[in-house]
Amino acid sequence: MAEDVLCPFCGCLCDDIKVEVENDQIVGVKRACKLGSSKIRGHERTKAPMVRKDEELVETSYEEAYDRAAKILKDAKRPLLYGWCSTVCETHKKGILLAEEVGGVIDSTATVCHGPSIIGIEEKGLAGSTLGQIKNRADLIVFWGANPAEAHPRHTLRYSSNSTGMFTPDGRKGRKVIVVDVRETRTAKNADKFLLIKPGTDYEVISALRMIVAGKGEIVPEKVAGVAKSDLEEAAEMMKAARFGAILFGLGMTHSRGRYKNVDNALSLVADLNGFTKFVVMAMRGHYNVAGFGQVCAWETGFPMSVDFSRGAPYFNPGETAACDLLAKREADAMMVVAADPVSNFPRATVEGMAEIPVIQIDPFPNPTTLLADVVIPSAVCGVEAEGTAYRMDGLSLRMKKVVDSPYPTDEAIIQNILDRVRRLGDDN
Amino acid sequence: MAFLVPDRTIYSPWRAKEKLSSSLMVILLKAIMISGRTLGQGANSEAKMSPEFFKATSFCALSEEDYRSLGISKEGNVLVRTEFGEVVVSAKKDVGLPLGVIFIPMGPWANAVVGPETGGCGTPQFKGVEAEVEETKMRVKDVRELFADLKRMGGEAS
Repeated sequence: MAEDVLCPFCGCLCDDIKVEVENDQIVGVKRACKLGSSKIRGHERTKAPMVRKDEELVETSYEEAYDRAAKILKDAKRPLLYGWCSTVCETHKKGILLAEEVGGVIDSTATVCHGPSIIGIEEKGLAGSTLGQIKNRADLIVFWGANPAEAHPRHTLRYSSNSTGMFTPDGRKGRKVIVVDVRETRTAKNADKFLLIKPGTDYEVISALRMIVAGKGEIVPEKVAGVAKSDLEEAAEMMKAARFGAILFGLGMTHSRGRYKNVDNALSLVADLNGFTKFVVMAMRGHYNVAGFGQVCAWETGFPMSVDFSRGAPYFNPGETAACDLLAKREADAMMVVAADPVSNFPRATVEGMAEIPVIQIDPFPNPTTLLADVVIPSAVCGVEAEGTAYRMDGLSLRMKKVVDSPYPTDEAIIQNILDRVRRLGDDN
Repeated sequence: MAFLVPDRTIYSPWRAKEKLSSSLMVILLKAIMISGRTLGQGANSEAKMSPEFFKATSFCALSEEDYRSLGISKEGNVLVRTEFGEVVVSAKKDVGLPLGVIFIPMGPWANAVVGPETGGCGTPQFKGVEAEVEETKMRVKDVRELFADLKRMGGEAS
């Protein structure tokens, strides 16, 4: 039995998982949610490296796959190195070196997730905290456009609305919960106050709340985005009355009309509330180490994502250098995907841009990106078959454990092999 | 496209001032599409070629009233169309959805109808896409069929 294993699924990075191992095989997982348990138990794997020949993927050696990948990246004028959310920080570091070496663009899955949150935070600044502070102190939790019941199943019990902490001994009974969403989710059913807003109106609702909090409620109309003013006044009063409040926001804010401006406005609301009481705000990050890529990329390049090395120095301008923009505008002429599945998660017109260029995939599992890949390199599952560092959604770095051995190389070793070959190709020239 | 018949009409709940009479049938529903995570989508997100992922993500949830108004038969399918594309998905009721809002779990079926524009911030608008929904007898494509038409053009690197 492996104790205190970290879960390699979502940004909660739960660190109390028990994994039963027999003969180097995982036979049981305890304490993990449905999402984490499913990943740790494992799924169908890509058995061997593959390269595309005559439109079919055929098995090959790792050596040939590395050679092919290096040549694709070296020959490209604007290669895109994308993904990085489900791998460890040691891989990120190598990936950034590789992007610099080939003069490419490196981007993470944050750009289709909480990228707008990061931009909003850059604009406004963040009154942040750890999840431990929220667990131990918060008496008001606001879930805005977030549905942890489906996306972060243990969040409420371990860290937020239903957790029990040092100064919150009564757990859920001692807390108030507000949920703001465009539909009544399972999370909303757990709320003391649920605000059902129309899709794409987050900015208006936040602005109305800011006016009420600032004592200028008389200029707010009787209804804002389908919500009665009296409900907004009640929510604002709950926020001001809290001893320690926390807004935890999800993709409802970043994927809707307004995107980073919604986040910007929410951060301003939190700044306003700090004039009355203690209030913090946090993005509910999706994959377990998408936050880690932002950390590594920021300390290596100065920017958290969408970094372009083609000018010889790091350049960051999402909307121009983000993966979806490069593909939709047909700028990228080769793509390496590491620990992500853009064919599933990008809009169709963006995926069409991938179909026109060589694609390298590094991933433990087959997925729709495999269908468009020209080189497929299977890797070990980080956090189960490989150790390394990951960052929880609140920025806390934790060490992922290796639980069982793997016949597959780690992501880090794969990137190092490709980097070595790219450098040798450079020497030959 | 849609046409009007005496007892079946186009209906846009967000714009309508009055509720649709329960006896009135709708051939085409104008709705707002949102996508998002679900437990089933997440639990199978590392097994995307599996039948379980197909089942977990190739559906569209509608409010009970919208579902009834469209006259969707048991285990029926709907065609969801936006300015960016169209996709056939199975239909489900979700009591948590308000009138005129439809939900498709994040994944290839939802993204078939999402646009590429990122508004200068790198992130497409995955939620809040104007859509039209109608019942269809067409079947739901599996994940390989969804991408079968994307011709490989960049594969020859040797």
